[in-house]
Amino acid sequence: MFEYYLSLFVKAVFVENMALAFFLGMCTFLAVSKKVEAALGLGIAVVVVQVITVPVNNLIFHYLLREGALTWTGMEGAESIDLSFLGYLSYIGVIAAMVQIMEMFLDKYVPALYNALGVFLPLITVNCAILGASLFMVERDYTFGESVVYGTGAGVGWALAIVALAGIREKLKYSDVPAGLQGLGITFVTVGLMSLGFMSFSGVQL
Amino acid sequence: MADTPKGVLVTPIFANNPIALQILGICSALAVTTNLNTAMVMGIAVSLVTAFSSMFISMIRNHIPSSIRIIVQMTIIASLVIVVDQLLKAYAYETSKSLSVFVGLIITNCIVMGRAEAYAMKNGPVMSFLDGIGNGAGYTVVLLFVGFVRELFGSGSLFGIQLLEKINDGGWYLPNGMMLLPPSAFFIIAGFIWLLRTMQPKQNEAADFKIAPNTQAKEAV
Repeated sequence: MFEYYLSLFVKAVFVENMALAFFLGMCTFLAVSKKVEAALGLGIAVVVVQVITVPVNNLIFHYLLREGALTWTGMEGAESIDLSFLGYLSYIGVIAAMVQIMEMFLDKYVPALYNALGVFLPLITVNCAILGASLFMVERDYTFGESVVYGTGAGVGWALAIVALAGIREKLKYSDVPAGLQGLGITFVTVGLMSLGFMSFSGVQL
Repeated sequence: MADTPKGVLVTPIFANNPIALQILGICSALAVTTNLNTAMVMGIAVSLVTAFSSMFISMIRNHIPSSIRIIVQMTIIASLVIVVDQLLKAYAYETSKSLSVFVGLIITNCIVMGRAEAYAMKNGPVMSFLDGIGNGAGYTVVLLFVGFVRELFGSGSLFGIQLLEKINDGGWYLPNGMMLLPPSAFFIIAGFIWLLRTMQPKQNEAADFKIAPNTQAKEAV
């Protein structure tokens, strides 16, 4: 059992890296990767939100939306109710609410962390990596335990990728880049090369 | 120029391209550009969602309290994406399968949110609609460019029609396998940005540091 979860975790971090294999969360990935410190802050925030939202969305899917999920209410004809088309609306609602709650909670009880993450928290709502992880979780039909592991792995993988990119970009600004590629262009090339590097993990089996 | 209906429609395509200049909406789209067919469907879907969400948000912009505007915008966008998803499932099931989760990810596509925040909250419904179409078109152009290169060199076809005869089928063309892998999309977009900025040098970003010219090392006397 433990090996199975470990393999799922490694797969989510390296083989199916959110940023480098699925291009998710690219906007913030490119915009907030100029400094390692900022990248690390955002990375941690993403991990925390991922760990909470993916399991919560898993519960919502299994106990509210899936076909026949409402059977536990004992209502008449509940077995045939299929609300899965409401999925997108519910998942994004959960994510937006979670981010808001986390913001208020941190503000009240952990002001130090709140000040460190402050700017990045609202950005996370529109981070595709968060919604992407929830959608993949639904598509692959993970159980609750699997969804906790998968959420953690997906968040850690994304954080790893953005910190690595920030490290490279900090060095890259001292190099002589052709005028048209300066800034965004060369960043794309860098991400492409990193993505190629991460592809060498594909096929890793534990 | 950007205030006339035509300007709003045309500027985002090359002069102020959402992907190449504003760094918006790169997120999900790159994974769907291995062939032109899905790239086109994705482009159209995003254009329609952007246009209609901008229009609806613009209509109620004076009634949204600013503290909860993100959630209100999200709800409108998510509802439109559900409509698009159901339509695709009903009329183009194969394409909708190959797009998998990426239809849902239109919700968090930064272009949609970005235009709602930056334009629709300040302008009337008609102009917002045109602005959405324009930005969607700018996005579609990049998607089609990437899809064209990847499908032509990766599998020797366009829109599924075989143009270059592959060696496996007795032809002469050896497909470039890397074009079908994720990293190639990044290189092609970098090339697109380079091309666009060579044509319009004012979009170039300034370097953080100047590289000093080479100086000849003098021999010790």
